[in-house]
Amino acid sequence: MNTPEAACRASEGAMSIRDVGKIYDPEGVHVVALKNCSLEIAAGEFVAIVGPSGCGKSTLLNTIAGFDGLTSGEILLDGEPLATVDKDPSPGPDRVVVFQHGALFPWKTVLENVTYGPVAQGAMSEEAANKRAQEMLSRVGLNDIETSYPGQLSSGMQRRVEIIRALINNPKVLLLDEPFRAMDTVTKSASHQYLLELYDATGKTIFFITHDLEEAIFLADKVLVMTTRPGYIKKTLQVNLPRPRQYSMLASEEFLAMKAQLVEAVHEEAVKAFEAGEREMA
Amino acid sequence: MNPYIVLGLLLMAVLAVGAWQQKKKAHLYEISWGHQIRKTLTSRSFLLQLGGFVAFVVVWELTVKTFSLPWFSRLPGPWECLLEWLSPDPDYGISIYTEDYYTHIIYSTYRATTAFVLATLLGVPMGLLMGWSRKFYDYSYPLVELIRPIPPLAWVPLAILILPGDEPAVIFVTFLVAFFVTALNTLLGVESIDESYFRAARCLGADKRRLLFDVVLPGAMPFIFTGLQISMGAAWFSLVAGEMIAAQYGLGFLIWDSYSLIQYPVIVIGMATLGVIGWVSSAAVRSVGRKLMAWRERELYGS
Repeated sequence: MNTPEAACRASEGAMSIRDVGKIYDPEGVHVVALKNCSLEIAAGEFVAIVGPSGCGKSTLLNTIAGFDGLTSGEILLDGEPLATVDKDPSPGPDRVVVFQHGALFPWKTVLENVTYGPVAQGAMSEEAANKRAQEMLSRVGLNDIETSYPGQLSSGMQRRVEIIRALINNPKVLLLDEPFRAMDTVTKSASHQYLLELYDATGKTIFFITHDLEEAIFLADKVLVMTTRPGYIKKTLQVNLPRPRQYSMLASEEFLAMKAQLVEAVHEEAVKAFEAGEREMA
Repeated sequence: MNPYIVLGLLLMAVLAVGAWQQKKKAHLYEISWGHQIRKTLTSRSFLLQLGGFVAFVVVWELTVKTFSLPWFSRLPGPWECLLEWLSPDPDYGISIYTEDYYTHIIYSTYRATTAFVLATLLGVPMGLLMGWSRKFYDYSYPLVELIRPIPPLAWVPLAILILPGDEPAVIFVTFLVAFFVTALNTLLGVESIDESYFRAARCLGADKRRLLFDVVLPGAMPFIFTGLQISMGAAWFSLVAGEMIAAQYGLGFLIWDSYSLIQYPVIVIGMATLGVIGWVSSAAVRSVGRKLMAWRERELYGS
């Protein structure tokens, strides 16, 4: 269901994460967050990472986004090294993050938020950015809230605006850090629909972190299960549900079988994480 | 003019301001003026506010005049002070009709404003820098924390020695207090900003300068304005203390001087004037803050 535009753009945004390791505070507490973590993401692929809390999902995202350096391995984006041990990554508009609790600037209007990227990079004049932002917002039916401040919007609406704020930069990869975590069921399913529509329309590579297994299967092409610390990819589940995804799929046998596999894999890790926690407490 | 007429006019002015404030709300609900004023005058919160004032004055009158309690017997009563304040021919030479009264007000206001503006111009950048640069924080914070607790009055002798004349000394002492309050609140404001905003801005391609102006400054703004309100209050109290020690004019001087000259009603006039000016200046800072932080206002009260 990719538009022709999306199909040609999907030629970029392939990522290789090779033997990535991340140790926090190597001299002191020495927390190994990631160890030999490897995964391949094809251009235009929607990948979801699941795992118990504190397993290093967010650390992996932070190293890709460029908020955190890595202690071993390398990350390549379209064959170019993005981060290595010697090269600290820096954040940039080719890999925009949508945050767990939302990070729209509360002091800027919706329109100012959306145009922030292109204007800050000097990629567009303010008028051009406004025009482009207005186009994008009206395409998803958000044009009437341009002058509102984020605080006046519902959490679902805020997240939608934040995704548009990321997409206007035409990033190679969209990094989503549990963006729908704090939402109620209804808002969440509406947000899923919205994200899927945007994905189908743009064909961007999406790296999606969650601990909601159903969400992961429903949205992604590939679900990766991460182990408890030190984190690496333990299991890869290829999701072959056709796109566009329909809600009826949630009850299909295929879906339930995949969910059962994931539940088992994640449960093992969760138990390990819990026991490790007990040991730390003792 | 007869003081009673002045009193009546003042009361009407207060009511008019109140009604005008209420009218802004009334506009939202399309209620008529008369209805709104009636509603305001009979509202529970207005009656309670009025009750507070009345109780205060009654206790004052009872303790000082009616029963003339031992420790209070030398104080002037509320009515006496009010009449003196509004009298065209005041017994002690200070009322709203005398030039001296305004000279004192202007001196104090000038000093407080100068100190406040200086403190804001230096304190906000100082706080931003401390929150912005870890190095500068390490360098300056211990020093600030050591100097800050020194009470303002302890600075007066040194200030007089260093600075030429009393005037700059009083302003300096006032400035000092306001400066620390402003700088530390600004620092707190920067520290309060969620890390995600910095990360989001960097993702979107913001450089260091943009981070400062698009994230640090607006993010710290609510704390900065809380700080400015406190700093305005602090400026007034240290100013008055300074004026009592080293000044020829000003409300602090007036209060102290009246004490020495046994002109007790003038003390109360000076104090009441300080109350009004302090309230007005805080309200001014608040309203500027509201203008600058429309986003916050709308967030709190809806569009």
